[in-house]
Amino acid sequence: MTTSSPILRVIDLQVSYYTEAGRALALDRASLELYPGEKLGMVGESGCGKSTMALAMMRMIKPPGRIEGGKVFVGDTELTALSEEQMRRARLSLISYIPQGAMNSLNPVLRIEAQMRDAIKEHQPEMSKAEIQERIYHALESVELRRSVARMYPHELSGGMKQRVCIAIGILLGPKVIIADEPTSALDVVTQRQVMETLDRVQKQLGSAVILIGHDMGLMAQFVDKVAVMYAGKFTEISPVRDMFTNPLHPYARALIESLPTLENKGVFKGIPGLAPSLIRRPPGCAFHPRCAHAMEICRSVTPALERLPSGRFVACHLYDREGNLVNAELRMAG
Amino acid sequence: MTPLLEFRNVTKVYTKGLLSRAATTALDDVSLKIEDDQPTILTVAGESGSGKTTLAMLLLGFIAPTRGQILYKGKDIAHLRGEEKVNFRKEVQAVFQDPFAVFNPFYTVDHLLTVPIEKFKLARSKREARDRMDEALSAVGLRPEDVLGRFPHQLSGGQRQRINVARALLLKPRLLVADEPVSMVDASLRATILESLRNLNREHGISIIYITHDLTTAYHVANSIIVLYRGSVMEAGSIDRVIREPQHPYTRLLIDSIPWPDINRKWGQTEIVAREQEHGSVETGCKFTSRCPFAMDKCRQAPPPLYRVAPEQVAACYLYDAQPVVERERLSEVLPV
Ligand SMILES: Nc1ncnc2c1ncn2[C@@H]1O[C@H](COP(=O)(O)OP(=O)(O)OP(=O)(O)O)[C@@H](O)[C@H]1O
Ligand SMILES: Nc1ncnc2c1ncn2[C@@H]1O[C@H](COP(=O)(O)OP(=O)(O)OP(=O)(O)O)[C@@H](O)[C@H]1O
Ligand code: SF4
Ligand SMILES: [Mg+2]
Ligand SMILES: [Mg+2]
Repeated sequence: MTTSSPILRVIDLQVSYYTEAGRALALDRASLELYPGEKLGMVGESGCGKSTMALAMMRMIKPPGRIEGGKVFVGDTELTALSEEQMRRARLSLISYIPQGAMNSLNPVLRIEAQMRDAIKEHQPEMSKAEIQERIYHALESVELRRSVARMYPHELSGGMKQRVCIAIGILLGPKVIIADEPTSALDVVTQRQVMETLDRVQKQLGSAVILIGHDMGLMAQFVDKVAVMYAGKFTEISPVRDMFTNPLHPYARALIESLPTLENKGVFKGIPGLAPSLIRRPPGCAFHPRCAHAMEICRSVTPALERLPSGRFVACHLYDREGNLVNAELRMAG
Repeated sequence: MTPLLEFRNVTKVYTKGLLSRAATTALDDVSLKIEDDQPTILTVAGESGSGKTTLAMLLLGFIAPTRGQILYKGKDIAHLRGEEKVNFRKEVQAVFQDPFAVFNPFYTVDHLLTVPIEKFKLARSKREARDRMDEALSAVGLRPEDVLGRFPHQLSGGQRQRINVARALLLKPRLLVADEPVSMVDASLRATILESLRNLNREHGISIIYITHDLTTAYHVANSIIVLYRGSVMEAGSIDRVIREPQHPYTRLLIDSIPWPDINRKWGQTEIVAREQEHGSVETGCKFTSRCPFAMDKCRQAPPPLYRVAPEQVAACYLYDAQPVVERERLSEVLPV
């Protein structure tokens, strides 16, 4: 692991959506650290708050959502302390977000270069025409697209090419942190491989940290260094990818890993029984306890904190003590 | 017995507007049958842009084929009228690919679910309508109280996608076209939703065309698979054969690129030979020639026919020209149900 200091620090970030039915706590004091060059995969049930966390880091949460607390640092810059204007400049140059479904939100009537130019102007209004053009070509080439793509319209490009255009937009200003929200879920696996190889190379060039949000555990296994598993707006476990896949600690992480289809277990569906909790009425204690096969008395009332174990892994579960040992020696996890 | 659905040599060419020169052949001479008495799950996989959604749109009658015919219970869907048309609309349902595009932003989720209930008279009372809605939502892991009353932009990507699936479950059609129905939900929910789709197939005799890039889940639910590349069938057959022993060079590249959730298994041993080219280029021979490591002279001359490489497997590739040819019209005969 690197000896440098973290490029990204998220501390107790909290977001709620104020809906008619009540306040939905979508992100509950989430904390995270990333080092330059690191690739983190963020996974978890649909609706658990992954995109919300990304948007909150970008300070792009819109009403009825509200960032209610927490700090975000990129290097020494505290994003959460910047003025609106400063934040606008930080986007794309310090931290960039490639949104979920991005390739479908390219403007169909604008040429790719116009969309890229707009993106730069939005964040760096004073940049010269020549430099903008240079940046556009450079970004396109970094994602292995020909310069001629600049003159094309989105419908002239395949899905994989559009997705690479979106990555190109994300890296136009050489950000330190790149958040890609499900960048390949709409692509065939060959193209997925190309896009991920592209992202990998771009990241190495820039030395940035990458957060890959997604559901494809296969992609995670093949691409990231660390996996963060979120459940109901909280991180339940953050571990190196190998540990996560071979020895997940948190019962939810374990159930998630066990639900994966492999070549061997054809036709076996191992979904986790029960439903994810309502964010409006979160169960007290550990939010996973109603679905957890190992829930104990304490789990029903006390929320477990995300503890850093001596191994460097993080887990939020009453089954473990601070050393990462099972508190109850008789307890052996199934599976 | 008349098939439930039949594609007869269907070709779709999109002619472009002012902006580009060439037309795109999105689907190229595809024939296919789904039998009424043999409900099946058929996966359609292939490159992004290979014509999968086009196939779905044609099947639903949203776009018309350039050549060929699509028959539902023996009738050309272009000529359905009156009651037949209503039946077709009810019996053939779809889960659309882009959950961000299909919702009208001004209607709440309730609207999306109650409209079909009313339109197709699926419930006798308000009470029953609500019960059926709750049932369908729970089957896809959603809490009614969490999503009803919400507008589309207030839902996460996976939640929208699941509402689409819930809608299809509610309607219990004869044939369901599911275009990437679970691409935005996690592994555990994928398992849950696919299991409900499979139950739909087993218990209610509903045939499903499962369009997906996720070959791991396809392997688990489907009986058979068709692999498309730029509108043409490259390989087809039983899902076990094609996933475990792919024969066509494109399918081999595709299967090799599946990111299996296993960290000891390296992703993609085969190099991706050529980058994709711009669309609209014209070929006379096999469409995969420019990327194929085995390409021979004859590959450039004429498109290869389907060769029967195993009892339940065909591949359109000259590497297998010693095998018997299967006419394109008879493709379905090698697909197990
Ligand atoms: N504008 C909004 N108003 C109300 N609730 C919202 C809004 N946006 C998101 N939510 C809710 O906040 C929760 C978290 O949503 P988010 O989009 O962060 O989930 P996600 O983890 O990215 O899910 P997915 O994997 O499906 O994309 C969800 O329950 C969602 O319904
Ligand atoms: N309305 C349209 N006008 C012109 N060309 C189109 C249109 N719709 C699709 N195409 C083109 O037809 C081809 C097939 O597109 P289609 O959407 O069927 O692919 P797909 O297999 O569903 O791809 P994906 O996996 O990315 O969803 C593509 O080259 C696409 O650009
Ligand atoms: S027909 Fe020729 S070019 Fe096409 S896949 Fe087979 S060997 Fe390759
Ligand atoms: Mg999301
Ligand atoms: Mg499609």
